[in-house]
Amino acid sequence: MAEQVSGRTLGMGEIVDTGAKPFELAPFGTELAQLGKERTEIVGLTADMGRYSDILPFRDAHPERFFNVGVAEQSLIMTAAGLAKAGKISYCTSYSAFITRRAYDFVAIACAHALAEVKIFAGMPGFMNGYGATHQATEDISMMRGIADLTVIDPCDATELKQVVRAVADIPGTVYVRNLRGKVPVELGADYRFIPGKAQVIHEGQSVGVIGTGFMSARARDAAKVAAERGVSAAVLHVSTLKPFDKDGVIAFAKRFDRLVVTENHKISGGLCTLVVEALYEAGLMKPMVKVALADSFFECGAQAWLEHKYGIDLPRLVQAIVEGR
Amino acid sequence: MTHTNHPPTEPDLKALAERAHNMRRLMMRMASGKGEGYIAQGLAIADFLSAMYFHELRYDPADPHWPGRDRFVLSTGHYSIAFYACLAEAGMLQVEELPTYGLNGSRLPMSTFENVPGIEVCGGSLGQGLGQSVGMALAARLDRNGARVFSELSDGELQEGSTWEAAMSATTFKLDNLVALIDCNGIQADGAVHVAIEPVAEKWRSFGWDTREVDGNDLAALTAALAASREPDGAPKAIVMRTVPGKGIPTLEKRERAHFVRVGNDEWDDLTAEMEAHYHG
Repeated sequence: MAEQVSGRTLGMGEIVDTGAKPFELAPFGTELAQLGKERTEIVGLTADMGRYSDILPFRDAHPERFFNVGVAEQSLIMTAAGLAKAGKISYCTSYSAFITRRAYDFVAIACAHALAEVKIFAGMPGFMNGYGATHQATEDISMMRGIADLTVIDPCDATELKQVVRAVADIPGTVYVRNLRGKVPVELGADYRFIPGKAQVIHEGQSVGVIGTGFMSARARDAAKVAAERGVSAAVLHVSTLKPFDKDGVIAFAKRFDRLVVTENHKISGGLCTLVVEALYEAGLMKPMVKVALADSFFECGAQAWLEHKYGIDLPRLVQAIVEGR
Repeated sequence: MTHTNHPPTEPDLKALAERAHNMRRLMMRMASGKGEGYIAQGLAIADFLSAMYFHELRYDPADPHWPGRDRFVLSTGHYSIAFYACLAEAGMLQVEELPTYGLNGSRLPMSTFENVPGIEVCGGSLGQGLGQSVGMALAARLDRNGARVFSELSDGELQEGSTWEAAMSATTFKLDNLVALIDCNGIQADGAVHVAIEPVAEKWRSFGWDTREVDGNDLAALTAALAASREPDGAPKAIVMRTVPGKGIPTLEKRERAHFVRVGNDEWDDLTAEMEAHYHG
């Protein structure tokens, strides 16, 4: 039973197990279409991934400001940079695997180094599709945060993603956002406000501190609720901006707990886990810690839920980490 | 501020030659005694830069960030020696600053960065200029400001796949306000161009570009090709420029073609004198 947004059949590359949770359809493109009405300097681009990046609502609302460069990620980033250097704000979309691995030098030099107003919404980061290593950007945070003058954001849900779409227009320079597409769950409360560079507690608790990013933060909150039923109280800190990293916020949070869990839809090295370890070590804060993230490996094809279970980033794994500390 | 600099219908070739010669003088002063630098490539494109900055390009030296300006994108960052000389000749850089070329902490390194007014993109990583020019041409069309984009690239850059991604894109978007200027000087980092890039002009034609091939050191031919590139016919324009490394100094023109032409510390004064004699002779 397929639902349609601007001609796109939903299903592939969406967050699984939304269950009975409320969701929004194509929040990225819908919000960008609206923002494009308010700010005529915004342009939209894709590298043959309009249908699969949810940018089609923007195309339909502003066809003269939408450019599809074809299967050419280097061209995508160069064109976005050129538009930005001539006064536009370029929102560009493709899959994160292709943007990060194929177009890295272009993101670094044509965009970040020039402080170009390029806002990259990278689809299907981490484990969000079953196409195997070619399509699974499991090291994108690590790669992108290695570039100076680049902001890196991993939103949690539809509520935050829509706010990020607006916020990045006013964050100076180039921004890399892990996009969420299709039926995107609404996890955060209506009072949640994305603040660039600021980690926020999205669930309170006493003995275990969970630090997460992206949709893993919402999963961590769900796991904390299950853990509470088993007598373990856990709080969740959501770090949506990976770069610049809210070191002070993370340290202050970590100090409150006996032990920690860090979780991300990304490899265990180079992303949130690494950032947290560095921050705590520098602060002289040694706490027992369990990392719930992906191994340093390439991964096979398979359904997202199956992969998440096999490689240990699903809900039961988080519950185990919180309750048992291992 | 008028912000208009429409090219005259007839170029003053003598004045343009004088500009090119002035740039070559500045380049020789910048490179003298450095023992390195891209003097051969710089001398080769002086005539083209003269045709560009003192005839075809619409810009305002007093307001280099004027939004409606034509854009000149130099993709080959290592041609900086020529670009700095040109910007100085155009009044956008102080001549007094030029001797800092290539020195530690200088704003004028051996490859271009965006820190100098008049430099639109950081050019050192080859294959990034044409694609950014496509974006600038799209923006000019959206803004309906009549601005054009002139995008320099080299024969070596034809070996970068991203160049051809951009070439296809420009045709797709019918960017007739975009002119690619391909400097074919026959050298790349390891020596003479050894990759099968020929026939260059036919490649561009087959990609849908309205293409001309000229002697890149012939100001009459260059200005005529640039004039023909103004046609709003829906096709991007390409000008293949055959240039001679070391142009203007016969001794250097004959020297072995290399990425870094060898010039001994004791040669600079003689070469400069030879250049003057050649120009005035």
